Amino acid sequence: MSRFTRRKFLQASGAGLAGILATHQAPSFAQQSTVHWIKWNDFVPASDELLRKQMLPEAMKAIGAKITLETVNGNDLQPRVTSAIQSGSGPDVFMLFNNHPHIYGASAVDVSDVAEAIGKAQGGYYNVAKANTQDGKKTLSVPWAVIGAMTSYRKSWFEEVGYNEFPKTWQEYHDAGKKLKAKGRPLGQTLGHTFGDAPTFSYPYLWSWGGKEVDEKGKVVLDSKETLESVKFMQAFWKDSFDEGGLAWDDTNNNRAFLSGTISATLNGASIYIETLRKPDQYKTEKDRPMKEDIRHSPLPRGPKGQFGFHLFQSHMVMQYSKNQKAAKEFLKWIHTPANYEKWFVSQKGYSTPPAAMWEKHKMWDEDPVMAPFKIAGKLGLSPGYAGPPNRKSAEVLTKYIVTDMYAKAVQGMSPQEAVKWAAGEVQKIYSGA
Amino acid sequence: MQRGPISRALEREDTLAFWLLAPTLVILTLFIAYPFARGVWLALSNATVGEPGHYIGLANFEKIFADSIFRTAAWNTIVYTAVTTVFKLALGLWLALLLNRHFRGKSWVRAFILLPFIIPTVLSTLAWKWMFDPTFSVFNWLFWKLHIIDSRINWLGDPDLAMASIMAVNVWRGVPFYAISLLAGLQTINPDLHEAAAIDGANRWNRFWHVTWPLLLPVTMVVVLFSVIQTFADFQLVYVLTGGGPANATHLFATYAYQIGIGTGLLSEGAAISLAMFPALLLVVVFQLWYIRKVENR
Repeated sequence: MSRFTRRKFLQASGAGLAGILATHQAPSFAQQSTVHWIKWNDFVPASDELLRKQMLPEAMKAIGAKITLETVNGNDLQPRVTSAIQSGSGPDVFMLFNNHPHIYGASAVDVSDVAEAIGKAQGGYYNVAKANTQDGKKTLSVPWAVIGAMTSYRKSWFEEVGYNEFPKTWQEYHDAGKKLKAKGRPLGQTLGHTFGDAPTFSYPYLWSWGGKEVDEKGKVVLDSKETLESVKFMQAFWKDSFDEGGLAWDDTNNNRAFLSGTISATLNGASIYIETLRKPDQYKTEKDRPMKEDIRHSPLPRGPKGQFGFHLFQSHMVMQYSKNQKAAKEFLKWIHTPANYEKWFVSQKGYSTPPAAMWEKHKMWDEDPVMAPFKIAGKLGLSPGYAGPPNRKSAEVLTKYIVTDMYAKAVQGMSPQEAVKWAAGEVQKIYSGA
Repeated sequence: MQRGPISRALEREDTLAFWLLAPTLVILTLFIAYPFARGVWLALSNATVGEPGHYIGLANFEKIFADSIFRTAAWNTIVYTAVTTVFKLALGLWLALLLNRHFRGKSWVRAFILLPFIIPTVLSTLAWKWMFDPTFSVFNWLFWKLHIIDSRINWLGDPDLAMASIMAVNVWRGVPFYAISLLAGLQTINPDLHEAAAIDGANRWNRFWHVTWPLLLPVTMVVVLFSVIQTFADFQLVYVLTGGGPANATHLFATYAYQIGIGTGLLSEGAAISLAMFPALLLVVVFQLWYIRKVENR
């Protein structure tokens, strides 16, 4: 056996380093086409398993390229995409949330050829999908799914306080929550810095009172009578009805709190209900019945100016630095082919709603009436930055959690006037910036 | 024996010194000087993620100084560093004095004391996060069982309590570093000095104040210097425990820079926030190094 001496090591590493410095490029270890796809850890783990065990091997055969799937915590996608863009290397396909594609638009490959064909063949994309993925010049990412945000609630507990149906207005919800909290079963909602449940509550809540960060022309109008009313209402609503620990919750805390029976309702994807379906023996009511039988879903109540929804939206961006752009696009075409996408969609059991209209008619929606409200989540959802045009500014407001913080500050004791003034000032700075 | 030109050159002290220092200089340039210069450039540009940007002077600094969250983060960083340093020093010194005595199982105790410092910060902080969990906090459970509280304490949801909680975790993590370093310092003090002081009639406090403390001061200053730098630039602990929340109440320089630079993609503004730490840290370092030199030259 030949010995690997220090001299040989230095020669080899020296030559390698010289090569890297001369070509300004790190060595490419895999010469065959490999698509590195990064997405969040699905709240329905069975879907990630389906992708890994069944769908990706099929895709590899179909497109003739290797596909590597990496899953990370949803809050970690932004750091990953930033470092990948800045270093010019990393995953070829990135899952992004909401209007984040507008932040990374300069580094995106135009995928209009892929997205337009899918949208056209599948009954047309919903407005929310278009707003989040198109900047007027190119299509920044291919719409993937909408995670419907509905209120999961304990039917029997609401009935006990006199609500046989889920409250229709914020006033009714406040009243129900007050009675429930008095019984040790508060409502649960995060007002923390977390990508999903915080903005999907705070934005539609604001819109339902008539508040908006900008008007149709993009003028900042957050400092309004309507916004102020919403903040004033929230102060009492929070204290009377909510679990006040919610200020420090991330996207998982409300799931745990609901499943352990400490809260009576929370805005969430369908993951709580799906978990109780998966483990009926583990999650029981106080009457020792499976908790799944006592869970129902409802859109958020209506405010003086209507009923609104903001649902976590996901899309996939093909990165400009990628050396496998063609294979990446082929992969996205393959996975969005109805026969393939359907397998994944069905595995989600309604947790994800597809971004195009065709899927509303899918038979899966008839299987479980509890999941029915999620069917039209994509159709009714709005994009952050409503009522203005979709752009990077609204994405900045979203990622700085300004709207959520406006309510968080107020429930922590700041006067509603000050909280609105602070938030409007922050939004103004962003919209008036270069 | 005939020596080659290299050997002859290396015999000259300045040439040898240069070549011995060269690897360190290369490493410092690559990993400290270049990133620092790049950070300065970023802070003076309008670069965003994926867009290189161009020079805009001090506009980013003007923007961040007008930003209320930045001011909160700056104040938080100062309070966080000051309060935790005082506690870490006091508790660390106390622990070091205890550990400097002779008792059974001394080496075991010394090893265990280091545990909080050895465990990766993210892991131990995740455990603390569970202990402060709004719903399942073990502290709340314990206090409730002991009839101390009748409603949950909102450890990480209340701005002041959240700040106090992250400080407590920082102190827990930092005390072993102080204790072990100061213990090493204590062991260099000649016991004869204590004996001589005792013979002269000095009581315990006088022996500590007039013998131990002055001799321990140079070590203490170095330990405090390292600790202040690390605490001032702390990131992991706050990121894991609160993410800077609730409503930005616990942001430090590093976590806010991360949110702006990485979360929002405003790299230049994030770099400016990071760089804002530099003058304060420089002052601290210069003062402490000056003080150490003064003490040593006494």
